[in-house]
Amino acid sequence: MLKNDILEILENNSRIKINDVATMLGKSEEEVNVAIAELEADNVICGYSTLINWDKADKQYVSAMVEVKVTPQREQGFEKIAERIYKFDEVKAVYLMSGGFDLLVMVDGKDIKEIAYFISSKLSPIDAILSTSTHFVLKKYKDHGVIVEKNKKDDERMIVSP
Amino acid sequence: MKKAEDYINKKVLNMPFSGIRKFFDVANELEGVISLGVGEPDFDTPWPIREKAIYSLEKGKTNYTSNAGLLELRGEIANYLDRTIHVVYDPAKEVLVTVGASEGIDLSFRALVEPGDEVIIPEPSFVCYKPCVEMAGGIPVVLETKAENEFKVTVEEIEEKITDKTKILLLPYPNNPTGAILDREDLKKIADFLKDKDIIVVSDEIYSELTYGENKHVSIASFEGMREKTIVLNGFSKSYAMTGWRLGYAAGPEAIISAMMKIHQYCIMCAPTTSQQAAVEAIKNCDKYVDKMRKEYDMRRRVMRKGFLDMGLECFDAKGAFYLFPSIKSTGLSSDEFCERLLFEERVAVVPGSALGKSGEGHIRCSYAYSIEEIKQALEKIAVFVKKIKG
Ligand SMILES: Cc1ncc(COP(=O)(O)O)c(C=O)c1O
Repeated sequence: MLKNDILEILENNSRIKINDVATMLGKSEEEVNVAIAELEADNVICGYSTLINWDKADKQYVSAMVEVKVTPQREQGFEKIAERIYKFDEVKAVYLMSGGFDLLVMVDGKDIKEIAYFISSKLSPIDAILSTSTHFVLKKYKDHGVIVEKNKKDDERMIVSP
Repeated sequence: MKKAEDYINKKVLNMPFSGIRKFFDVANELEGVISLGVGEPDFDTPWPIREKAIYSLEKGKTNYTSNAGLLELRGEIANYLDRTIHVVYDPAKEVLVTVGASEGIDLSFRALVEPGDEVIIPEPSFVCYKPCVEMAGGIPVVLETKAENEFKVTVEEIEEKITDKTKILLLPYPNNPTGAILDREDLKKIADFLKDKDIIVVSDEIYSELTYGENKHVSIASFEGMREKTIVLNGFSKSYAMTGWRLGYAAGPEAIISAMMKIHQYCIMCAPTTSQQAAVEAIKNCDKYVDKMRKEYDMRRRVMRKGFLDMGLECFDAKGAFYLFPSIKSTGLSSDEFCERLLFEERVAVVPGSALGKSGEGHIRCSYAYSIEEIKQALEKIAVFVKKIKG
């Protein structure tokens, strides 16, 4: 399917030129542009971000995953409480989970103290939240399908072979 | 006193090194060469396959296997052939695990050819068929496929080459270097024609997983009456990106496989055990990796073909393997001149079509087993070169 093919390409490289995408898929630029516009309008494409290994950047950076147990609210289930949480800038992602807890909240900040402060003073006090369990990220190996530390491997093939 | 070379078998002495080899030696000496010259995947072998090999080593599975190969692997190969080309083989008697399709090619000829027997070899094609036939004492009869037929072999061309000495027809499709494939109708005609002839087909289907477009690969063995006179050769090198593992297989009628097995048993013992262990995982559980690589190749194929068309070079829409075979006749250069000058003037290595058969003259083989960035970089340089030549 054209749209899925486009999504797969953009997921790997959102900076690719549209005429390249068109050639790769054997379509016209027009067709690809229309498809992308629809995907954006339908919020299938929610944005074009960059995958950054902050450990390598010259910036203090810490992130944590917080398991959150909540009491779902009458008529609104988890939606309302999720919204309360995701509106904080510190929160980078919120997922509703199956299993032993309800919401997985990804938080980042400049150091552990900042994150600890956010959790104890902003997140935990929310009424519907029963408990939190915070896990700090020590090292990222792979993110969004990309091995972050990977040095580009040399092409070890012979220059010409049958 | 005799010199060392005086001891060498005359057949071997007179056998030329492959044209590709010569070109490799030149290209290898230069710095900063961008290559489209490689005949193997750029992908690493999918991790589950490598992981299976590691596990088997940890478990100490380091002995010989049975001569014909692990029965489990032969079973999976038979399943695979059943589900892909829809031909049923008995894993115990009709499947042989080989050291690459390369060994399968050699064994086929050695098991069948008597001195003076003729083997029809369509060209341009892979480099080893002719020497293997000669080493087996046979006579290679070259059939030059034509650009205007998109390098498909036709019944008329086969008929022209047949004599009362003809024993084997080699079918090298999907084709290296042209990327040509034979579709169901093409094969049907050939199968119909061969029905009442005493000719064995050796079908090198190593690129069977790499065909693009609607239709999947079709094997000549799947046509009525052909199973009994076809040796199907395939392997893991291209489809699973496993060139270095050296693993392939042959499937065919029991009598022939058993004859090949006899030679294999004395010359090879068995294909590498670790590779066989890994191959079980590949052929059983790794379809999705193959699909992913195929999709990626197809995108690169389109990018590369457009590049050549934009330069004003003719390039037919090759639907197989990972090669395009554009015509460079409009530049007025021979394949050799074109490739040599491109290498020295722009530092791009491609393979002269003539290195893979006389009828490849006027063409170059460009592999798209490279990333899109690399392909675009190389295309840019080729475009500069072509413009310079054409003025
Ligand atoms: C057409 C063809 N047949 C056979 C082979 C040999 O493959 P293997 O690695 O299985 O020996 C190749 C490798 O380039 C090939 O292109």
